[in-house]
Amino acid sequence: MRQDDFQPGGDRFPLTRRSVIEAARSIDAQERERALEVLCAAYWRPVYKYVRWRWNRPVEAAQDLTQGFFAELLERELLDRFDPNRSRLRTYLRVCVDSFVMNEDRAGRRQKRGGSIPHVALDFAAAEEELGATAIDPAKIASPESLEEFFEKEWVRSLFALAVGDLRKLCEQRERARTFRLFEAYDLEGNEKSSYEQLSKDYGISVTDVTNALSWARREFRKIALDRLRELCGSEEEFQREARAAFGWDAQ
Amino acid sequence: MKFLSDSALERLREGTEAPDLAGTRYRLLERIARGGMGVVYAAEDENLQRRVALKVLDVPGTDGDLANRLVREARVLAALEHPGIVPVHDVGTLADGRVFYTMKFVEGQRLDKYIVSVTSIPDRLRLFLRICDAVAFAHARGVLHRDLKPANIMVGPFGEVLVMDWGLAKILRSGDSKTTRAADPDATIFEKPKQSALSGDSTEVSVVTGHGTILGTPGYMSPEQARGDVELVDARSDIFSLGALLRFILTGNRERGSTPGAVRIDKSLSAICAKATAASPAERYPDVQEMALDISRYLDGLAVGAHKETLLEKAGRSYRRYRFFILLVAAYLAMRVLILLFLHR
Repeated sequence: MRQDDFQPGGDRFPLTRRSVIEAARSIDAQERERALEVLCAAYWRPVYKYVRWRWNRPVEAAQDLTQGFFAELLERELLDRFDPNRSRLRTYLRVCVDSFVMNEDRAGRRQKRGGSIPHVALDFAAAEEELGATAIDPAKIASPESLEEFFEKEWVRSLFALAVGDLRKLCEQRERARTFRLFEAYDLEGNEKSSYEQLSKDYGISVTDVTNALSWARREFRKIALDRLRELCGSEEEFQREARAAFGWDAQ
Repeated sequence: MKFLSDSALERLREGTEAPDLAGTRYRLLERIARGGMGVVYAAEDENLQRRVALKVLDVPGTDGDLANRLVREARVLAALEHPGIVPVHDVGTLADGRVFYTMKFVEGQRLDKYIVSVTSIPDRLRLFLRICDAVAFAHARGVLHRDLKPANIMVGPFGEVLVMDWGLAKILRSGDSKTTRAADPDATIFEKPKQSALSGDSTEVSVVTGHGTILGTPGYMSPEQARGDVELVDARSDIFSLGALLRFILTGNRERGSTPGAVRIDKSLSAICAKATAASPAERYPDVQEMALDISRYLDGLAVGAHKETLLEKAGRSYRRYRFFILLVAAYLAMRVLILLFLHR
């Protein structure tokens, strides 16, 4: 076996993006801003839903708190204090959200925020709709495990949704729109009635074409999701742990 | 951004778990098991048209601890060509960036399941001796297994024994397979080659994880291993595991001492288990051959080194060993007495 076979990168597997933790500590202001954008894109939905659920805040207050939290993250350079050897970024951010909400309560602040996180569209209406569609077990409310579980699940949902968005763009670039539609129909919206045969009839292609397309889309999706995840982790060990959590490999 | 329902998340997880075998000569058949490092699949080697077991990591990347461990495990297996150690066929990286290796597809049962069907103690001991053979071979090549337990032993349909899962194996320095290995203050329980998983000299030891990382299985792990006492981990740590394994093979219980209703084992065998699982490495067997020799002596009806017999025990053992001749002589003498009585009547 050639040693090259093991080398990461190249055209077999893409080089990973730079970690947001490193970028957030950069002396370059643009780099720091980009890190916050990446972080915000992945975490704003989980944070918003968490504030709504854990802190039982009304819609408008939860929106303010979510925007305020990310602004504070930048202003107080909270990411600088994160140590990947001590905790996961996800857990650290959740604890930061808790203390931020408590501090805001203590100070009795309720300031209208907005516009402090450039280039990230915060579609609160859609997040609210999603929250309504999320099944929450009332018996589990407010137990420490359920808080962690809830935040983790929403974080995975957000990560996978971003990866699906990236996959859509990739399919458009590669002129594989049909592949994305098949992926959407089978893996995202599929039910018991979905089958390769049904899709092959619907799209007028062979079953092998359907399975090949799905196989390609899943492979790319996995690659994209892991690449995004790596960017959101502070160390290789954290990445390994978070990948196992996100893809449910620990639970099996 | 599209909202993903819980069921969509599940389907995405399921759909992305299977490794991407594009560009390889393997075709995925079915998932066999999941371990701490990744998943083992049954696959077909399309070139050779045979079934193989494919072990693959969950996460892509070739420079992480797990990738190094997997590659090192493959290399350890490749270096250990022995009928009692599963042979490795191939190692590499898949198109999705995940490190994998393929090995012989072992059809059989795990020892903990198989042992139920073996009722005779001598048969169980002979099976144990085959495990000792494989471990002794590895020790002779400077490799410690460090995770010997029933779940890591497979028994094939013809009674062949295979020691599996060398993921925690420790490679001693070249020519350093003796139990008197010099203390290495920097070593940790988990070690890997210095440069990368792919560097040429696989026997070189270097540190990769935090000092005293504990790897192994409670109950089968030696005290020094459980404490993370790296300097003391050597072949005698595997002997401790073999002792616990022997106790399990004989009683179905790995723990020392007997509980009410537990299977009672012969004092000599109990002494062998006790010696192998002594808390202090110095009190254990110095090597696997010594332990196997004691088992063989027991099977041959000889005194074992681990147990000092009383006169009564010695007489009982001699009787059991020479029972046939003793009974033959007794029958002869009884016949002579009967004949003499008949003649003098």
